[in-house]
Amino acid sequence: MGYVAIKGGGRAIAGAAEVTEFLRAEQGEGSEPLEIATIVHQLRHLVSRVVSEGGVYHPEFAALSIKQSLGDTLEAAFALRAWRSTQPRLLETPLLDTANMRLIRRISSAFKDIPGGQMLGPTPDYALRLLRMELIDESPESFRAVARRWLAELPEERLPDSFPKVLDALREEGLLPPVSEHRASVAFDITREPLVFPVPRCAALSTMARGETGSLLGIAYSNMRGYGDVHPTVAELRVGYLPVLLPHPVTGELIEAGEVLLTECEVVAMYDAAEGGGKPVFTVGYGACFGHNEVKAISMAILDRALQKGMRDGPDNPSEDPEFVLLHVDGVDSMGFATHYKMPHYVTFQSDMDRLRTTQRKSRAKESA
Amino acid sequence: MNKIFEVRGLSKIYGPGCPLCIESTGPDADTNICPHCGSVVAIHDVSFDLFEGEILGLMGESGSGKSTVVKCLYFDQPPSSGEAVFFDRDRQHELFALNAAQQRWLRNHRFGMVYQNPHLGLNFNISAGGNIAERLLMSDLMDYGAIRARARELLARTEVLLSRMDELPKNFSGGMQQRVQIAKALATQPPLLFLDEVTTGLDLSVQARILDLILEIQQELKTAMIVVTHDLGVIRLLTGRALVMKYGRIIEAGLTDQILEDPQHAYTQRLVASAL
Amino acid sequence: MNMTSHTPTAYNFGFLDEYAKKEVRRAILKAVSIPGYQVPYASREMPMGRGFGTGGLQLTLSLIGPGEVLKVIDQGSDDSVNAVNLRQFIEMTCPGVSTTTRTAEATLIQSRHRIPERPLTGDQIIVLQVPYPDALVVVEPSEDKRKIMHGEADYSRLLVKLYEDIVQFDEITISHRYPTRINGHYVIDPSPIPRWDVPKLHHSRSLALFGAGREKKIYAVPPHTDAEPLVFTDVPFRVEDFRDGEGRRRACERCGCADSFLDEFVDGSGEKVYQCSDSDWCDEHLAEANQGVTA
Repeated sequence: MGYVAIKGGGRAIAGAAEVTEFLRAEQGEGSEPLEIATIVHQLRHLVSRVVSEGGVYHPEFAALSIKQSLGDTLEAAFALRAWRSTQPRLLETPLLDTANMRLIRRISSAFKDIPGGQMLGPTPDYALRLLRMELIDESPESFRAVARRWLAELPEERLPDSFPKVLDALREEGLLPPVSEHRASVAFDITREPLVFPVPRCAALSTMARGETGSLLGIAYSNMRGYGDVHPTVAELRVGYLPVLLPHPVTGELIEAGEVLLTECEVVAMYDAAEGGGKPVFTVGYGACFGHNEVKAISMAILDRALQKGMRDGPDNPSEDPEFVLLHVDGVDSMGFATHYKMPHYVTFQSDMDRLRTTQRKSRAKESA
Repeated sequence: MNKIFEVRGLSKIYGPGCPLCIESTGPDADTNICPHCGSVVAIHDVSFDLFEGEILGLMGESGSGKSTVVKCLYFDQPPSSGEAVFFDRDRQHELFALNAAQQRWLRNHRFGMVYQNPHLGLNFNISAGGNIAERLLMSDLMDYGAIRARARELLARTEVLLSRMDELPKNFSGGMQQRVQIAKALATQPPLLFLDEVTTGLDLSVQARILDLILEIQQELKTAMIVVTHDLGVIRLLTGRALVMKYGRIIEAGLTDQILEDPQHAYTQRLVASAL
Repeated sequence: MNMTSHTPTAYNFGFLDEYAKKEVRRAILKAVSIPGYQVPYASREMPMGRGFGTGGLQLTLSLIGPGEVLKVIDQGSDDSVNAVNLRQFIEMTCPGVSTTTRTAEATLIQSRHRIPERPLTGDQIIVLQVPYPDALVVVEPSEDKRKIMHGEADYSRLLVKLYEDIVQFDEITISHRYPTRINGHYVIDPSPIPRWDVPKLHHSRSLALFGAGREKKIYAVPPHTDAEPLVFTDVPFRVEDFRDGEGRRRACERCGCADSFLDEFVDGSGEKVYQCSDSDWCDEHLAEANQGVTA
């Protein structure tokens, strides 16, 4: 008799890859493959999620990853992350000031008017979520006309290059704690150092910045609903392009190497009591991620604030516990582990059966005795 | 008699503290909250000795700092300042100079604690016997049969029905939970036991039997004890010497009989009078 | 950006960049120096799922060089899907490395859930894939607190769990991932190997390395080191029992071996069948048996 166990693994894997590839192309004759540029531009929120959760700003490779994973965000972020593992870290950027962002959107829910003004920008927040049936059969002509028309109607008025930050005004007024003097000059690099608790705030922020959107939202939502007490106000939410400065390899002079699309959110919240007997001030939660993903940035800002409280007073809720939050928000980790349960576990199950049979035998013997 | 504990100048302040904290709090100031910085002076300058086999009472109302003293000595909380020396056989331990591991070792091997709230002293998810086993396993007793025998012996001594040894303590009555806690505290035969309001909240008849048990144990094992209570009855029955505390300070100390018969401090006089 | 200019043509030998490999090697050195201690490391994302052996893979890729002879097994078999997948990936990214299914020939063995039946030699390293690196996780969810417990070798709560097991079931019910004390101090989770394999770690001639990719830990049982399952002195540690109802030791249906870990399954006719879990061991025995017949 043959070896029954698990033969033919290689063939099965190849077959699985082939049938998945077939599904990608099953539309058949007359269909067009998705262009990378089409994904980058028309599925920008999908690309945003993947660059952010993949932890590397590369919209083209993110789009490629989305294409080959048939649109599975977890898989797409994962493949991008794995590619990044093969890339050495060559340089460190200096601290980049997000006041220099070229904004496409910024709002504050704390103030009616803010220096520089509110700018709604691209958002579905106030749109009616009605299915737009006309897009089912959109013609290339009408599609191309959209951009042409919008650009033609654009008023001449030029926006300033940058906007002041809302928090700066609050800080000047003494409503916020002063910026800590013992701020780390070099950020904790989670791709090079493991999280050993307790971790500094910057390690927590980096971990959340590439966290899985749904996981962050779920834990932040638990805090908003009552398993926590942040009660945040969005001081400022901004979306835009941040110039990335890098030291020139020869001269050391900072030069602009490009820009990244970024979503940034700052929330302010009250502490129950003043810290250390000083005067009471607002506290701040910070969230930022690659791409345009406002839910993620807001969730992160709330969790940052919750974790600061947990680090100071000890956690009262899961969302205030650094271990609970930071070890459970990574999409690559969590989806990998959920997936691994599909692998064979014959040996451990054999061992489980051995224990159960033995204890059953013993309990039968006890009963009959 | 051999001294087993020497406490000097023990203080605990919650909050930032300021130079005016001490003079602005205490029985004379009629508060333990510093009006200048809002800090709570839970205890200040507490000193006493404890001798082998002796039961010392710490009495006072809630907020007097009596529980804080025990929490500091049992390493539940670090003091702000002060010293405590534990004389253990031929060794001396300067409690607050020990590292965390050494402190935990003393706690697990040489001290015993019985809390008012059995949730603090017992793991409710493991059996009564398992609770005692945990303490024995910490002191490296690794023989299952011997652990069972010792747990049985301790539970029998504290009058817990042996048929319930393998049940979870959450199914027990309050009095029974306290008995299991006492059995657990005694597992390693510690020379020193802390008892924090152990009978508070129990029925009078149950209280009386627990207090009898504590006295019997003290006589059999010569265990020294520090008993924290607001109940003068408990002080009268158990202790030979007592300290009276108010707003974090010791205001009167001496033989229990003397304090109860002839209290010196006006506060103690009121306390004793109100209990009659 | 122009896509073609970015298309990767080849990966570095061993996929990981050299900095990552160095970091893993440093963690290995530390793990060997402090037997049983879980060394944290950054753990790179690999192109297969967390939980599929990414920790083991990073160890393998950091140790492997041209000329190495590699064996990859999963559930004792070289041919299971996951083993094939890992082996193909290593072959693709490590040109010059040869692979084998023969335990005796391998210099480096990456395995999930089993240690080969054939005793390993001093020239071999076994890399085990680890889903849960910390044996204390069943009694303490906080890693911060677990670190203190490990540091003080305080395993009383784990032992209480064993105590409660015996009270309740008259048996220790831990089937695999049996907590094992290394060199008299640290207790490790020896990865989900069956209890059958735990004694193989004790004073083994080979180095055993454990890699948890998702949990970002590396630990080791160096050669000739104590590895003792956590037990009470009067309750012996027991491996899986392969005796039938009459108390006879079952043998492998295929090769006849009666002292190996057996897989149990139901064949086409509904009969329960037992076979060696270690496929190389089974093949070897079968070859010996056939030789006996032809001779």
